[in-house]
Amino acid sequence: MASTILRVEDVVKRFGGITALKGVTMEVYEGEILGLIGPNGAGKTTLFNVITGVYKPDRGKVYFKGKDITGLPPHKIARLGVARTFQIVKPFKGLTVLENVTAAVFYGPRGDEYSFKAAEEKAMEVLRLVGLEDHADTLATRLNVAMKKRLELARALAQDPELLLLDEALAGLNPREVSAMLEIIRKVREERRVTMIMVEHVMHAVMNVSDRIVVLHLGEKIAEGSPEAVARDPRVVEAYLGDPELALRFVRRLGGGA
Amino acid sequence: MGRLAETLATVKNPSALAGLGLAALFYLVGLLAVRDPGYAYYRETIATALVLLNMALGLNIILGMTGYVSFGHVVFFGIGGYVAMALLEYRGWNIYVAMLVAAAAGAALALVLGTIVLRLRGAYFAIATIGLNEAIRVFFENYQPLGGANGIELSVSRVANLRFMGYQGLAAKLHLSYMLLATVTLVAMAMNWFILKSRFGLGLLAIREDEDAAESMGVDTWRYKTLAYMLSAIPPALAGAVFAWKNGSIYPHTAFSLTLSIEGIIAVMLGGAGTFLGTLLGALTYSGVKTYLLTSFPHLHLVLFGIAIMAIVEFLPEGVVGWIRIRYTHLRRILE
Repeated sequence: MASTILRVEDVVKRFGGITALKGVTMEVYEGEILGLIGPNGAGKTTLFNVITGVYKPDRGKVYFKGKDITGLPPHKIARLGVARTFQIVKPFKGLTVLENVTAAVFYGPRGDEYSFKAAEEKAMEVLRLVGLEDHADTLATRLNVAMKKRLELARALAQDPELLLLDEALAGLNPREVSAMLEIIRKVREERRVTMIMVEHVMHAVMNVSDRIVVLHLGEKIAEGSPEAVARDPRVVEAYLGDPELALRFVRRLGGGA
Repeated sequence: MGRLAETLATVKNPSALAGLGLAALFYLVGLLAVRDPGYAYYRETIATALVLLNMALGLNIILGMTGYVSFGHVVFFGIGGYVAMALLEYRGWNIYVAMLVAAAAGAALALVLGTIVLRLRGAYFAIATIGLNEAIRVFFENYQPLGGANGIELSVSRVANLRFMGYQGLAAKLHLSYMLLATVTLVAMAMNWFILKSRFGLGLLAIREDEDAAESMGVDTWRYKTLAYMLSAIPPALAGAVFAWKNGSIYPHTAFSLTLSIEGIIAVMLGGAGTFLGTLLGALTYSGVKTYLLTSFPHLHLVLFGIAIMAIVEFLPEGVVGWIRIRYTHLRRILE
């Protein structure tokens, strides 16, 4: 079994009267893609925000590579090697694509060591990986949604992360764009061996690309395991009961049924 | 090649050379005026423009690069002037040391104020800086040890022994103060250019574009904002020190006049916030147009100015250089 890169321990996060996370514990192993799913309001993005330091948990701990990172400011966690993308993309609109990614190179864990020339070369390399190399000199604000999503991924990758949190990297993309993005994500895993946590609503995608799935529901972890096992889990089916057919469809698609 | 060497090598960029050319021109006019009093008009016109230019270059760091509209930025001009004048008049210090202390005082004040107001964003930050400037102005109006509302006036005896290029006393002060103003401008230009071309500068631009994304990307946004605010205080503080000495007087209502803040913001916006060339062009154009309007339409110049500002905001919010950089991205490496 691979070693643990991230451990979330009994994390509780409250917002006023709402408890968004009710004691979530989970582990992420080095090199895997972990799918984090759950209905709207399950606490997925809140968990991302706790891991990356945007929110301080009311209780519990987060360990990255064995080091307690609970409550560290986001930039410190980023510089330890945790990168993220945002559900609603946050490109540096007034900068070019290359400038966006170069900035990210400079602020990764060893970003301080780069010269401008080396940083730009590395940024171009990442742009080639995500297929934005022809748009290096385009202003980020001019990109379409699919390209902005790629830029978001490129910026995160340029930080040279060991752990990458993807918050709905596929949302808002058409089927063809989803396939292209998944291809990029697979390539990233193969070429860079980056551990990833994917929050995703595009079910077939997350089920296909993930090694393991963790299911959150109303702030609690209700299931964990292989995509097949999770899809058959009655608690998961129940959590998605707003759409029981959806759950059934996973099972079929995953080769469980005809 | 290391990053520092790369940053320094960017002085060969056309925009940087344009800045150096302008600085040379400023010195030249000063030297010509030393030889021939007929150049005094040009020297004084440029001196007025340089005060605004320093305000604009300071603002460009915090407003242009970092995205924080420091509306009350004149507070650093005022504090620089007051610190320098207090040392010059009450302690008999020389102008060089007084300038350095004024710059340090400006940066220190920015550190203190920044700790309070840099937690705010957008309009809230802008309004808070106005409030702080007004509070400090009222303090100086009432603080008798520094002259209260009467300000500080420099005794002639303080410069009686001053010598500069064959001049002595007040005449020496007149020529030297201009040369110092040109030097301060050169320093402010260098600060702007090298920040813009550094890793630090790229971090500031990231904050301007999206502070949350910058933070989660690894930029220590709090430290960067504070540092940017401190650096942005230095050019106006230095200009304030030299300008007060040049005038031989300083008063609370002129030292902390919001008009200069607003003019600085207009200058930066007109040329292109966050660009070096834009800030230079904006400040010099503004100053030139203002002089023209003031002399040609003494009663209407503010009205015409108001119309011009509305036109900029409506049709050219990125400023002239900013507009070009957005439409012709391949020119970005030339027009910085």
